[in-house]
Amino acid sequence: MGKTLFDKVWDAHVVHRIDNGPQILYIDKHLIHEVTSPQAFKELEQRQIPVFRPEQIVATADHNTPTQNQHLPVKDKLSRKQLEQLSENCKKNNIQLYQLGHKYNGIVHVMAPELGITQPGMSIVCGDSHTSTHGAFGTIAFGIGTSQVAQVFASQCLLLTKPKSMRITVNGTLKKGVLPKDVILFIISKIGTNAGTGYFCEYAGEVFENMSMEGRMTVCNMSIEMGARGGMIAPDETTFEYVKGRKFAPMGEEWEAKLKYWKSLPTDSDAKFDKEYSFDASDIEPMITFGTNPGMGIKINGSIPEHKDASFEKALKYMNFEKGNQLVNTTINYVFIGSCTNSRIEDFRVAANFVKGKHKAKNVTAWLVPGSKQVEKQIEDEGLKTIFTEAGFELRQPGCSACLAMNDDKIPSGEYCVSTSNRNFEGRQGQGSRTLLASPLVAAATAVEGKIVDITQYLN
Amino acid sequence: MEKFLHLRSRAVPLPIENVDTDQIIPARFLKATNRDGFGNNLFRDWRYHKDGSENKEFVLNNNQFEGEVLIAGHNFGCGSSREHAAWALSDYGFKVIVSSFFADIFKGNALNNGVLPIQVSDKFLKTLIETVNDKPETTIEVNLKDQYIAVEGLNLKESFDIDTYKKTCLINGYDDIDFLVSKKTKIEAFEKHLLTNPR
Ligand code: SF4
Repeated sequence: MGKTLFDKVWDAHVVHRIDNGPQILYIDKHLIHEVTSPQAFKELEQRQIPVFRPEQIVATADHNTPTQNQHLPVKDKLSRKQLEQLSENCKKNNIQLYQLGHKYNGIVHVMAPELGITQPGMSIVCGDSHTSTHGAFGTIAFGIGTSQVAQVFASQCLLLTKPKSMRITVNGTLKKGVLPKDVILFIISKIGTNAGTGYFCEYAGEVFENMSMEGRMTVCNMSIEMGARGGMIAPDETTFEYVKGRKFAPMGEEWEAKLKYWKSLPTDSDAKFDKEYSFDASDIEPMITFGTNPGMGIKINGSIPEHKDASFEKALKYMNFEKGNQLVNTTINYVFIGSCTNSRIEDFRVAANFVKGKHKAKNVTAWLVPGSKQVEKQIEDEGLKTIFTEAGFELRQPGCSACLAMNDDKIPSGEYCVSTSNRNFEGRQGQGSRTLLASPLVAAATAVEGKIVDITQYLN
Repeated sequence: MEKFLHLRSRAVPLPIENVDTDQIIPARFLKATNRDGFGNNLFRDWRYHKDGSENKEFVLNNNQFEGEVLIAGHNFGCGSSREHAAWALSDYGFKVIVSSFFADIFKGNALNNGVLPIQVSDKFLKTLIETVNDKPETTIEVNLKDQYIAVEGLNLKESFDIDTYKKTCLINGYDDIDFLVSKKTKIEAFEKHLLTNPR
């Protein structure tokens, strides 16, 4: 029987199989950041175990960092301490760190692909659930807890039970105004937030084949929101074109050798998956969420469903929405375009394209937060900054920002925020904040109108 | 890690579905650089009002309920991979979490911290919640060696699955680092093999 993409990459990394138990999986790249690494470093120090392969670790500061005045010392004492601790730990252990202000600094899942650190066929982990993003390259990439961060420090390996495999196929052509974010929000709204638990998910079909790498990253990023450990898309010419020439990409003969290997990775035609779903691209509309998990999504001009269960009702109460109502025309005072889901150059191009020649509504505070210093620079180089500034949007410096509100970028209690991030959990963007997840296009339109608009009508 | 063998305790019911790790421990409390003290902020925004006063309606503030067992709704621990969630539950005093479904990363994090996630059937979970709600002084018995959970004094018992390797770790108080470090020769041999067979 043939093998899946996932099988091929996984099996190539198995060091050892324990009878009736987990497998030892070798990790090619370990990405770290300030929030989930300090306790792991401490653990190793206490046990007097050295970091085994420091050259395979890359660090960045992103979760805590301010998005204004990054050249000044970080004001928040605890954040500053965590950032200092990261610098110290990296220095002590010879780990490459792209700290705040460095030209390669950025959200871990934006900067690593951008530098060519992420390559097809690799195994990549990070103490962050959205590590699934890197699966866009045909990589096994998944989030781990801090104890596992310590395990990888100690051995460059993890003990894992091999997940099952599932495939989601979407064929056809996407309608006007439907972006990769809508595709993944649509899928999660259909299959639910735990359909993927225990699985690695491959996305296949024309929609993903025709998607840019940025779009594929947006999709794989949210795999965790349906419970999957990771998502993957088979590497193809789009992938190779993206990786080629990046700072850490292989070159010359090495490139040729890798390319040959990467081309052997796609799922064999006779491979079997443990679970399969398929959807038609023409059924997908621009999406928005109305509740407190990413599965609670509807098409932008749809109505909130009338489910009867306590958790559903609790979510609506938190959001202050009613069953059966539409979201169109709801007043929105905050818009956030950023996070590892949608803070790459393509996302800002989409937003700028819509915003050009318009102005944000008076009631709206609109934050644009690039995913990395390199994206920030591209925004300036391509003249998008001027468009945004003229339209009254606030372009800030790179970081996780209002995605999880560990820094000062918080949405006030009770306020709605149309956000391009990945989680609409209670209080995710600040205590009491109410998040509506959407694409950068829907977010930009919301900022201009000061309320939710039916983007499908708008575009026609 | 502390050894885990057997437990008899009262239980706290939290029958909410899709409890994400942002609720278990909100991001603003993740700024610490050590593992202690997270219990104070466990379920912070459900436990306290915005002005800092206790939310009397939340189960942790209801002194009818106590114990080392948390009985939770379907898909517990989804969302962020933050191990701080497991630390917060453990620091607060929970040793066992019962649910009909756990998110992957949370399950691993709990096991790595000596907290036992027990997956039971929907039916058993429902009965368990009803029983504890009716009689908060109900005692739950958890036996890891024989892999069962039961309600004392009632004919209510269900067996649960656990990976054999993880079970051994919990019973002996070992963790994965010890094991992986002991396999270093194998790992180095694998790396050599990679050098000669580039992927
Ligand atoms: S942007 Fe948000 S989801 Fe992404 S790594 Fe940062 S905090 Fe996590």
